[in-house]
Amino acid sequence: MSNRGTSVRGTGFARKRAVLTAGFSVAALLLTGCVQSEREENTGAEGESAVDSTFVFAASSDPKSLDPAFASDGESFRVSRQIFEGLVGVEPGTADPAPLLAESWETAEDGLSTVFQLKEGVTFHDGTPFDAEAVCFNFDRWYNWTGIQQAETTSYYYGSLFRGFADSPENAVYESCEANGDNEVTINLAKPFAGFIAALSLPAFAMQSPTALEEFAADEIGGTAEAPSLSEYALGHPVGTGPFKFDSWDVGQQLEISIYDDYWGDKGQITNTIFRIIDDPQARRQALEAGDIDGYDLVAPADTQSLKDAGYNITPRDPFTILYLGMNQAIPELADPQVREAIAHAIDKEALVAQTLPEGTEVATQFIPEVVDGYNEDVTTYEYDPERAKELLAEAGYPDGFEVTFNYPTNVSRPYMPTPEQVFTNLQAQLSEVGITVKPAPAAWSPDYLNQVQGTPDHGLHLLGWTGDYNDTDNFIGVFFGQEKLEFGFDNPELFAALDEARGVSDREQQTELYKDINEQIAEYNPAIPLAHPAPSLAFAPRVTSYPASPVNDEVFTDIELSE
Amino acid sequence: MLRVIGKRIALLIPTLFGLSILLFLWVRSLPGGPATALLGEKATPEAIARVNELYGFDRPLLTQYLTYVGRLLQGDFGVSINTGRPVLEEFATRFPATLELTVVALVFAIGVGVPLGYFAARYYGRFLDHSSVVLSLIGITVPVFFLAFILKYIFAIQWGILPPDGRQDARIDATHYTQFYVLDGILTGEYDAAWDAFLHLILPGLALGTIPLAIIVRITRASVLEVQNADYVRTARAKGLMERTIRGSFILRNAMLPVVTTIGLQLGLLISGAVLTETVFAFNGIGRFLRDAIFGLDYPVLQGFIIFIAILYALINLIVDLSYSVIDPRVRVQ
Repeated sequence: MSNRGTSVRGTGFARKRAVLTAGFSVAALLLTGCVQSEREENTGAEGESAVDSTFVFAASSDPKSLDPAFASDGESFRVSRQIFEGLVGVEPGTADPAPLLAESWETAEDGLSTVFQLKEGVTFHDGTPFDAEAVCFNFDRWYNWTGIQQAETTSYYYGSLFRGFADSPENAVYESCEANGDNEVTINLAKPFAGFIAALSLPAFAMQSPTALEEFAADEIGGTAEAPSLSEYALGHPVGTGPFKFDSWDVGQQLEISIYDDYWGDKGQITNTIFRIIDDPQARRQALEAGDIDGYDLVAPADTQSLKDAGYNITPRDPFTILYLGMNQAIPELADPQVREAIAHAIDKEALVAQTLPEGTEVATQFIPEVVDGYNEDVTTYEYDPERAKELLAEAGYPDGFEVTFNYPTNVSRPYMPTPEQVFTNLQAQLSEVGITVKPAPAAWSPDYLNQVQGTPDHGLHLLGWTGDYNDTDNFIGVFFGQEKLEFGFDNPELFAALDEARGVSDREQQTELYKDINEQIAEYNPAIPLAHPAPSLAFAPRVTSYPASPVNDEVFTDIELSE
Repeated sequence: MLRVIGKRIALLIPTLFGLSILLFLWVRSLPGGPATALLGEKATPEAIARVNELYGFDRPLLTQYLTYVGRLLQGDFGVSINTGRPVLEEFATRFPATLELTVVALVFAIGVGVPLGYFAARYYGRFLDHSSVVLSLIGITVPVFFLAFILKYIFAIQWGILPPDGRQDARIDATHYTQFYVLDGILTGEYDAAWDAFLHLILPGLALGTIPLAIIVRITRASVLEVQNADYVRTARAKGLMERTIRGSFILRNAMLPVVTTIGLQLGLLISGAVLTETVFAFNGIGRFLRDAIFGLDYPVLQGFIIFIAILYALINLIVDLSYSVIDPRVRVQ
């Protein structure tokens, strides 16, 4: 029946379009000279392998840029991890650095220079050899950025980790790069940077082909005022050494990559990957159910069980996130340590995790996940104890509790907070048990909520969190508590100084000890309550039998296993 | 005729100028800013200040506005803050998608709505009439996103006979010249690609076309009812004209005037309705892009897209006005 309906409308549609079509056809023919089909069919199953080697993955948005050095968002990195490789990779399933394009490295005792031995016989997709010169080209490229290239919205990672550029060398961590022959390179730092090796595993520091960077003017992004524009390179010519090379990008629609035949490593089963852009989470799930895609990321906790029941594979990542309840000390009640302690005792984290967060989520005792250096097993914790909370409130002068604003975002799903509304409802009920009445203050995530919580002192209790980028403690607690912030509204010079000191220590072990102490210091000061380390999950069609889930999202599709 | 068109287009200029000022002030009065939206959790006050300085958002509003208008006059709509691509290019790649969708929705709404309204009036008070009134009421009251969701659930997920999202199957490697996917498929001889693109238009087209359909049914019915009882129709009958002539040339033609006005107005509404439909169906048109621009406070995109839509709206109104003179000779005389 519906078929008949379709064809009737189809004819009407075609007839109406006839006039339009004629006009457009002439224009199109004139423009393109000669219209010729350039398509190739993706037949999928080839030769002896019986699997459909085309893998379709739903991305939640377009990548911001194909040039990973100018990107900091997850979708850009998901694509660039297939196309590019860095000197340093990640040990599968962990957050620890591992050799990749550099087979080994040695750091001098003062922490100021590191010698890398490079993998031999590696070429970029455009045939340019990967060697010491290419490495130096990349480092010098980052260091010499100026103007809008330095904006946090473009080169976030270089700016925040290497701290300075050639035009402001007094802040810069990087100093110089020397090629010692083809396969050995020395990177000199101006200041010790204990996280240097781990940082190099970020896609933002991947090695890009010097030839392509120059040919397609990768650094030309400052076209107009108001906003940087993407370079020709970032729009369609990314060239790395990774297993996949870039094919095409139909903006808002899909992005395609295919296997690089001369890849040095194992090529796996997949020859073509299509990233389909589906921004609505519900639509991603439906696309999977309709068989349009093979998988998607950040499954809503409520969907996990029903997808499993229907035969889909759910792959959780080890958590590398933190969700916390912030307490703004600009609010007089929250500036009282006894009140903050009372709130900590009022919250049943186990119940919160079980009721509102995805499977695999761990209860948090501090602001870094367990796999990050400096995790303190013996940190001070506040047990769930509503009676103790009431006592503390009474001692603080609030025997009948008090009223406080509770800010939370709506209509947003972050890896550390899939359903903020549910977390809020749960905490609201728990707090009211001890007499704390919350005034709900919901706001749209961007830019309202972020602005309210981070840019103004006008908020009370609030939900926020973080997804770690790599194994770096400062990337968690330094971000939260490294300086005076409107979000928390406190000034604790002792804590700020301790974090500053730890950041500058070049010895990893010594640094780890310092961070353990800092975690205890934070726990005692209790500026916010670490709630949970939510574990984001991916969902896959039944034919995807294995996926290399990584806590830091270091997932290369050559490691995917398909059964059909 | 040409004078009328010229005058109307001339009137458009001060309108757009006023609109540009209002838009400019409006988007900048929204809380937060693009830097906060872009940086997300990483938005420290220093980072925001630096980005605002580099992007020029810290300059006086008047300076910013003059720069904007200056560039606008040269045909430069700026670069999207979110995507780093020229606003004009973003519009050009997505507008064909929305237009394709709108045409399908409109063809559905007119193709079904006008006959249904006409026959409802002709069989006034009978079963067909009652059911069309009830159906059009439902059509108006059901929210677009809900309808979109239900259609998708039944046809794409449960029955699997129509695609759930996008403009074309991910695995079809089609060539695109005009960005009108159906047309592209026909031009390049990739008929399977054209057919696939057309299938992708059906569900969003139905969802988007339902409200205009319901409105068109009601207006057509009311208009035909009024006309078929008019004196001149009675006179025509008395003259003994053939029923077919009376219905075609007298009733339908005269009843069409308000219907055409409604269709013109609906076109504008269709573009705004596309925001919801395109989101549910992950359809890459201007609606979905505009939604992202609102959440990201993408100033140049908001300003540019709304000006484009205003121009479109004005042109549609012009076409509607001109079409009166085709349908109704009295307008021509005036």
